[in-house]
Amino acid sequence: MTITLGHFLSLGAVLFALSIVGIFMNRRNLIVLLMAIELMLLAVNTNFVAFSHYLNDMNGQIFVFFILTVAAAESAIGLAILVLLFRNKSSISVDELNTLKG
Amino acid sequence: MSTTTGLFYLFSAVLLFAAFRVITARNPVHAALYLVLTFFQGAMVWMLLGAEFLSITLVLVYVGAVMVLFLFVVMMMDINVENLRDGFWTHFPLIALIGVVIALEMSAVLMGGFRVAAPMPDPAADVPNTLQLGRLLYSEYLYPVEIAAAILLVAMIAAIALTLRARKDSKYVSPGEQVRVRAADRLTVLKMDASQVDAAPEESPPYDAAAADPTPGTKP
Repeated sequence: MTITLGHFLSLGAVLFALSIVGIFMNRRNLIVLLMAIELMLLAVNTNFVAFSHYLNDMNGQIFVFFILTVAAAESAIGLAILVLLFRNKSSISVDELNTLKG
Repeated sequence: MSTTTGLFYLFSAVLLFAAFRVITARNPVHAALYLVLTFFQGAMVWMLLGAEFLSITLVLVYVGAVMVLFLFVVMMMDINVENLRDGFWTHFPLIALIGVVIALEMSAVLMGGFRVAAPMPDPAADVPNTLQLGRLLYSEYLYPVEIAAAILLVAMIAAIALTLRARKDSKYVSPGEQVRVRAADRLTVLKMDASQVDAAPEESPPYDAAAADPTPGTKP
């Protein structure tokens, strides 16, 4: 039994579903929410790399390269916002973020 | 079952277990460490797919930089974990059902629809992965690479600007004021008339060595 493209895509799908579950379960913990987003990006990147390998197209790997760049920027800014939030509220609970409520 | 198949199942199992622990770990530090394991397994899966450069990049950038950043932030903050986990398991059955449905449906479609066992024939099979990537990046994708550099710069400046906090009680020197200062601001030249001292100062008495001797009893 050899590994087909479907195996890698299924791995990405299961990882993506797992991170969706993580986002739903950790609704209050901002830092785990950020980690779940990173997991989603890993699942998507795995799909890109798998297609790139099996279809022999390097453009998929280029796309992964740029996704990694943007994800690094996103997590840096997200963590900066998290630090700022903790400094102001002394908590990272999403429930505290209600100052925009009318 | 070849070695690649076995390795794929091993890496996938560890990857999914670590991802599950990331979303259920009680301690955020443990979650971050399991995330490191997840990314490492992901890098190994990419290595199986022949993407060596991206695999190494994932380890270096994510495990080396981003996860260390996560760990720093988690350790800096004094997080009350119990408060954040109120009602953690109350919605678990529904959420797990949704997750299982998503995973099963996507897997069914993907496993059935993509039965490509072997890669398509590669015209440049002997060219290394990194060389192929580099050729594309610096010719066809040169403009996006520069945009990516700009995005990283903006992210860095934004992260610094967001968290920068000037202390009110710190003493500091303003370089602008230092450069702008002139000699007249610091030094005042006073003009005085020259005057002559009338009487010579009184001569000091001759030095008495015996009186200044600190050790008593040695006087002859």
